Amino acid sequence: MKSASWPRDNPLEERLLVIDARQQTYVDSRIKDLSHLLNANDLLVVNDAATLPASLQAGEVELRLLAREQDGAWRAVLFGAGDWRTATEERQAPPKFVVGERLVIAGAAGATAGFYAQVERVAAQSPRLVTVRFNLEGAPLWSALYKYGQMIQYAYLKCQLDSWSTQTSYSSRPWAVEMPSAGRPLSSGLLLALRRKGVALAAVTHAAGISSTGSPVLDGLLPLRERYDIRQRTIDAIIEARARGGRVLAVGTSVVRALEGCAQNHDGRLVAGVGETELVLGREVPGRLARSPIFDGLLSGMHEPSESHYLLLKSFAPAHMLDHGLRVANELGYLMHEFGDSCLILS
Amino acid sequence: MNVKNKAVLITGASRGLGRALALEFARAGARVALVARDASSLQQVVAEIEKLGGVAWAIAGDVGDKNAIYPILGQAAELAGSIDILINNASTLGAVPLRSLLDTDCEAFEHALAVNTLGPFRLAKAALGSMLVQGQGLVINISSDAAVEAYPNWGIYSASKAGLDQLTRVWAAELQGSGLHVISVDPGEMNTKMHADAIPEADPRTLSDPHDVAARILKLVEGGSYEVRQLAARQSA
Repeated sequence: MKSASWPRDNPLEERLLVIDARQQTYVDSRIKDLSHLLNANDLLVVNDAATLPASLQAGEVELRLLAREQDGAWRAVLFGAGDWRTATEERQAPPKFVVGERLVIAGAAGATAGFYAQVERVAAQSPRLVTVRFNLEGAPLWSALYKYGQMIQYAYLKCQLDSWSTQTSYSSRPWAVEMPSAGRPLSSGLLLALRRKGVALAAVTHAAGISSTGSPVLDGLLPLRERYDIRQRTIDAIIEARARGGRVLAVGTSVVRALEGCAQNHDGRLVAGVGETELVLGREVPGRLARSPIFDGLLSGMHEPSESHYLLLKSFAPAHMLDHGLRVANELGYLMHEFGDSCLILS
Repeated sequence: MNVKNKAVLITGASRGLGRALALEFARAGARVALVARDASSLQQVVAEIEKLGGVAWAIAGDVGDKNAIYPILGQAAELAGSIDILINNASTLGAVPLRSLLDTDCEAFEHALAVNTLGPFRLAKAALGSMLVQGQGLVINISSDAAVEAYPNWGIYSASKAGLDQLTRVWAAELQGSGLHVISVDPGEMNTKMHADAIPEADPRTLSDPHDVAARILKLVEGGSYEVRQLAARQSA
């Protein structure tokens, strides 16, 4: 499937393949059709994480943030010389760093002022996977991240993305290192129309991680442990939607990961608060369908079988339907990746 | 709306009405994220609030710069939480002494529109989506009677505030019944540096204290009276 090489002007006109596992149907639709595809009483759960400027340049080395640890350190992956125009797998290897070394982002090396990240840990799996701690914290850290950081870019795009192209319409706290892109086509106007129809909206915040490191070893570890925050009103909204006979639909695999990861952490119950999950749905039950216990459907970008996201889709429809849906989308000229078309999978 | 523990983003917060609003909302228990171009002045306001036992953060940024919008909102949301109330207070008169439209530079008009009209539009556009998912939110646009009166020499300020008022009206109409509110508040003439820059000969004793105005705006928010008056779009504080 071809990649969308740039954000399109009107996301409402982007294509939406509706795969209904129960009816065994595939319907070619548009994003704007969600306003009649969803019913009053349905609940749409989005990931409201904003995308943070996760790419920091320290001389020739690029430090790509992966996730913030609970103690304020950050996991990160290092890239060698080159820039976003080079595919990650073709980037040069970075020099090897040891614990205590600094990656200086702004200011002179060795200075106590400026902005730098100090290596606290180097992963056994790869010297590119490190844990660092910045010399700033709180408001000064966030100011520096926004001053010196760039949004992670994609080699298949024809231009560099700005901050407006890397946020969903409902983005809030900057927890995601890459845009939770399933929600990208949902304009505020469409969400308002859905609300007026009686579709409920709720959010989780999930620190959606990096999509590719360019290293088969590191990519094999993805998705890494990720942070989530679930509000009580979102849990209440799920219970209320069920009680009134509505469907609970996730916008993006990160929403599924957050809520089902939360349930896994709490013996099957949803508990409000901040937590972390390493859950990889779909991987536990290869070859058969394991229904999502929380969701009745998923709005997602188009994913190929080689991607980790694809495993998760199997929680919503059997593999043969997903494979056929992918062939249908391909024949119809659907586009993939962050700015591509979408599918709505109803289980 | 009870503002206790609510996340409130206030632009132009280093002095004048913005500073007064920051102190007033923080005193009422709000978590205030303060924006201005000058970080050191903002830090002084943050220190004042902290001395009072309040919670505040300083975010340096220029609301007239499109590329500053998400950095401002991202920092504010991370530090204060998802934004519940956005107060678009930052504004510019343009060149002072004020001058007639005949003598106004095109670039000065563009700058006034960027700060007074486009900045509030962009911030509100970027913040309202999150508010929509949360099911509630309030945007207050600080306006002026210059938005409706034709005062000689106030041309670009007037036009930019009139544009902001009209955006407010349309937004209020589009969001009616959604739980989200966009209102415009005319604070009247206040004893501020901006007023002194515009009308140096004015007697400060005849002007409102910005702290009194800020207290009235807080009362308006806590009373929720915007719910019935939002379509009037302009409210004199």
